[in-house]
Amino acid sequence: MLKDQDRIFQNLYNDLGPDLTSSQKRGDWVNTKEITDKGRDWIINEIKDSQLRGRGGAGFPTGLKWSFAPKEVGSRPHYLVINGDESEPGTCKDRDILRFEPHKLIEGCLIASYAIQAHVCYIYIRGEYFVDGQKLQAAIDEAYEKKLLGKNAAGTGWDLDIYIHYGAGAYICGEETALLESIEGKKGQPRLKPPFPALIGLYGCPTIINNVETIAVVPTILRRGGKWFASLGREKNTGTKIFCVSGNVNNPCNVEEEMNIPLKELIEVHAGGVIGGWDNLQAVIPGGSSMPLIPKDKCESLTMDFDSLMAEKSGLGTAGVVVINKDQDIIKCMARIARFYKHESCGQCTPCREGSGWMWRMLERMAKGEASKDEIDMLGDVTKQIEGHTICAFGEGSSWPVQGLLRHFKDEIKKRNKFDPIVKENKNIPYLVDQHLLDKNA
Amino acid sequence: MSLRRPSKNQPENFEFNPSSLEAAKNIVAKYPEGKQQSAVMALLYIAQKQNENWIPLAAMKYIAKFLNMPYIKVYEVATFYSMYNLSPVGKYFVQVCTTTPCMIRGANKLVEACKEKISEDESVLSNDKSCSWMEVECLGACVNAPMMQINDDYYEDLDKEKTLKILDKILKGEKPTPGSYRGRINNEPENNRKTLMDLKNA
Repeated sequence: MLKDQDRIFQNLYNDLGPDLTSSQKRGDWVNTKEITDKGRDWIINEIKDSQLRGRGGAGFPTGLKWSFAPKEVGSRPHYLVINGDESEPGTCKDRDILRFEPHKLIEGCLIASYAIQAHVCYIYIRGEYFVDGQKLQAAIDEAYEKKLLGKNAAGTGWDLDIYIHYGAGAYICGEETALLESIEGKKGQPRLKPPFPALIGLYGCPTIINNVETIAVVPTILRRGGKWFASLGREKNTGTKIFCVSGNVNNPCNVEEEMNIPLKELIEVHAGGVIGGWDNLQAVIPGGSSMPLIPKDKCESLTMDFDSLMAEKSGLGTAGVVVINKDQDIIKCMARIARFYKHESCGQCTPCREGSGWMWRMLERMAKGEASKDEIDMLGDVTKQIEGHTICAFGEGSSWPVQGLLRHFKDEIKKRNKFDPIVKENKNIPYLVDQHLLDKNA
Repeated sequence: MSLRRPSKNQPENFEFNPSSLEAAKNIVAKYPEGKQQSAVMALLYIAQKQNENWIPLAAMKYIAKFLNMPYIKVYEVATFYSMYNLSPVGKYFVQVCTTTPCMIRGANKLVEACKEKISEDESVLSNDKSCSWMEVECLGACVNAPMMQINDDYYEDLDKEKTLKILDKILKGEKPTPGSYRGRINNEPENNRKTLMDLKNA
């Protein structure tokens, strides 16, 4: 288990209070000026050395992303945008940062804004987290009052304003370009890339977009050094991560752990084990609903990081672990996820808009045992037609869980769906003129 | 994307009241000059708050004028995002999360409770017109499943009995206390916490 002193989010369970005074006791806002005095290149290099990968799902190296921002500010200002649209089923980590560790996020915003030369930062929070957003706003107000934000923020000589922008219930706005559209006051429909937001983003200006958790760990990394962060976990999958363990476990919880922690340890030690014991485990969704599920036999030795899950044809995603035990109907669970994607498709690309509905309806029928045998292969075919044929990664996100189900539970679907559409018996169908075509012996 | 239609009964006029107007002006100031369209989402939300949880077409026209943008652009945004209610939902708007993590922990029991107490079908007002309920997609409190949202507040770690009690309260016009209904503190593993124990006991 990770040592307590190596945990970045000391107030994950709000034992100490989220206010500025208690945050400062935990080390936030201490010598922020010393960090920025070391210069932009030092900050970006240190983040590169730490091998920090984005915590929003894709796992893109953060230091590299920052280095894409133009070195000189031209006629267009730079923007920093924080993605707090957390809507992936199984994930609820950013909410705890917003409400219990807001100053880690705000300080991270200041340092990141300085590194990419932005004077304005927008934090996009999903509309449902209104109450948690108000708590962050209170922390921002507190920071302004203590001159940690605004002109010459925290004595660093850098001016920064932070504004909160609330979403209004659209999963797709977690996609970075859809999020920018949403801030611009439009429908949240993703943009084509390239051009990438680092050059043409919010209002057509260079914009860096990071997840809440990514930015909140930055101050601690810079204080304790990139080497310390890189010493946790393993090569290219370093540091700590907040895991959300939900579903059929005895003690569902959020917990910060080292990358590369065995899945079994996460479930057995922190979440109190699977309901009905480990043998009652059926499957685990390791990284939020868009990552393919993993059946029990592989869960035994699985370790939780980006690359080892990729090797299992799944992914760490947002590290929202959903545990499904044998009391659940796995096809029904996946049908419900397919319904989620059908509901959330933005409707821009045809394969996703239509395909997500097809997958949902087919899975609903399969759960009831009303599908025909050849529909199972047809469903696989539909997922392949969606994947890779859309503007954003929503196409992959909606088809991967279905592919995961087909990969590991095909036998279960086959067992339940034996319906054969070809007529085998002589039937007297009054409206069918060509009765003779049904003759088996013909 | 679900089909969303505006209500058949629409008020003639809509105008921000003084407090909404002040809030709206503060929000427009957050965005760069000439980019006031960015404020449309927040302004729709303010209009919804002012008008008992739903947005009439008159409010969209008013906001379009307020931000100097075409009405159709406001209408597009209002129909795209699922949190804008285009017809009355009552003073208490109950949203039950039924996505997989909540489903496997028994969210259907919460739906049953809503059917018993509020109305047989979703998005239909209760007899006294004070509340309505609907199934929604993931609300992002998966480790507190099953859960529901009433207006802005989250009610977590529920079961059927607890939901019935909460619904009884809102039908009486009281506001139930938000948070966990199993007495657990935030998102910690209940009775099984192994981390940061020094701080817990401090």
